[in-house]
Amino acid sequence: MNDITISIQDKTYRSRHVDDRQHQAIADLQLGVGRNEFVCLLGPSGCGKTTLLNMIAGLDSHYQGQIRIGSQAATAKIGYVFQNPRLLPWYTVRQNIEVVFAQTPPTALIDSLLADMQLSDVQQVYPERLSLGMQRRVAIIRAFAINPDILLMDEPFVSLDAPSARQVRNLLYSLWQQRPHTVLFVSHDLREAIALADRLIFLSPPPMRIVSDIPVHIPRDLRNDETQIEAFRERLLSEHPAINGLL
Amino acid sequence: MLTGTFKFNHTALTLLSLLMLLGIWQLAAGLANSPTLPYPARVALVFWQATQSGELPYHLGVTLLRLVVSFSIAMVLGCAIGVTLGNNKTLDAFFDHWLVIFLNIPALVTIILCYVWFGLAESAAILAVVINKLPNVIVTIREGTRALDKDLLEMAESYRFDRKKTFLHVIWPQLHPFVMAATRSGLALIWKIILVVELLGRSNGMGYQLHLFFQLFDVASLLAYTFAFVAVIQLIEWLLLRPLDRKALRWRR
Repeated sequence: MNDITISIQDKTYRSRHVDDRQHQAIADLQLGVGRNEFVCLLGPSGCGKTTLLNMIAGLDSHYQGQIRIGSQAATAKIGYVFQNPRLLPWYTVRQNIEVVFAQTPPTALIDSLLADMQLSDVQQVYPERLSLGMQRRVAIIRAFAINPDILLMDEPFVSLDAPSARQVRNLLYSLWQQRPHTVLFVSHDLREAIALADRLIFLSPPPMRIVSDIPVHIPRDLRNDETQIEAFRERLLSEHPAINGLL
Repeated sequence: MLTGTFKFNHTALTLLSLLMLLGIWQLAAGLANSPTLPYPARVALVFWQATQSGELPYHLGVTLLRLVVSFSIAMVLGCAIGVTLGNNKTLDAFFDHWLVIFLNIPALVTIILCYVWFGLAESAAILAVVINKLPNVIVTIREGTRALDKDLLEMAESYRFDRKKTFLHVIWPQLHPFVMAATRSGLALIWKIILVVELLGRSNGMGYQLHLFFQLFDVASLLAYTFAFVAVIQLIEWLLLRPLDRKALRWRR
């Protein structure tokens, strides 16, 4: 049974530039994501991946079609890690995490997440005093802490240097294994996607459609093995040459 | 270190500057030798007597009360209208012309019209001040609303913040500097308008008293009231506005 069912006939927006032309972002998109599945969306920049995540998150409702989340979309808890951290600068790291709770925030869970992400020492610090990498980790904790039904992540590791990106990726992965939930992860890094995902969805330039939908069969305990990832990547690119043009 | 000997600390500098002003006044009063420019000591004495008799505190209190009431009304209304216009392009385009007209009506005209239409009453006086101040607040808060960070609003929406929570945690902290700016410019403006309002149509308050002193050519009393006035404004700045600023801006780098 699907956890997210996406069926979009048309998503068009008017360009904000002078020409005032209509741009079709999504023409026809059918996608089902299973419960606790980790799905990576890959495609050229500007192909509408962020638009799609915003539509799933309920931030954008100007489209023709339907997005169903679980049984009732309105009450589904969604954790959204945006491309930029989007922390409230007037609150400390800890307050930024606690503020998203409608009821009392779970102190023990937040403590352990902060420890996992190595942020315990800076929890009383204001975000603008932290590096971008630390801010991103706070944003990830914020999304995880609410124990979301669905986790949306929009290139959360972009603009991090390679070692930090790998570190945060490993942390994310272990968090997800401890508390599995449905993940939609936008990336443009194929290796990263293979290391994380159950399924890779390759998307075309706008109007966006699905080019290919490829399951990743590497066992979970081998995902840290670079040679496995590399082997999968090469096989993928040789079997589906069209993908090369999308990355 | 080299300039250390010439560097006064802040308090000494303030003191020296004020003493200098007092010295110039003393000198000018000596040279003029006229009742229209009394010595500082004479003004101090008048100030003391007026305070003792309760006359100065009464009129200052009346003016302060008018200030608080009209300021509060103007701020609450101005914030509400400013946020609405900042959020709604059509309404904003419609009412923008009204705002421009009201911004450019001289304060004196509003005051006279209010007294003519509503009589020489307290409510007319308050209304006149509010009408003068309101457009400024609206324009400032509208700017603040337009500058709201859309990214943070989306964050709040995706994490299902309700309206109250979004306002308290996301919108208000961003509006705060604009509200403070409106408060500061508002106080400065209202102080001045309120005196004219009192001068034209009230039988108490600072403006009424100043008018009386003018007719009696009582410059010493006029100056004594003025200093009380200036002191109160400074007290508001130090005791109320500065601490509010500090509290709200401690997160800034």
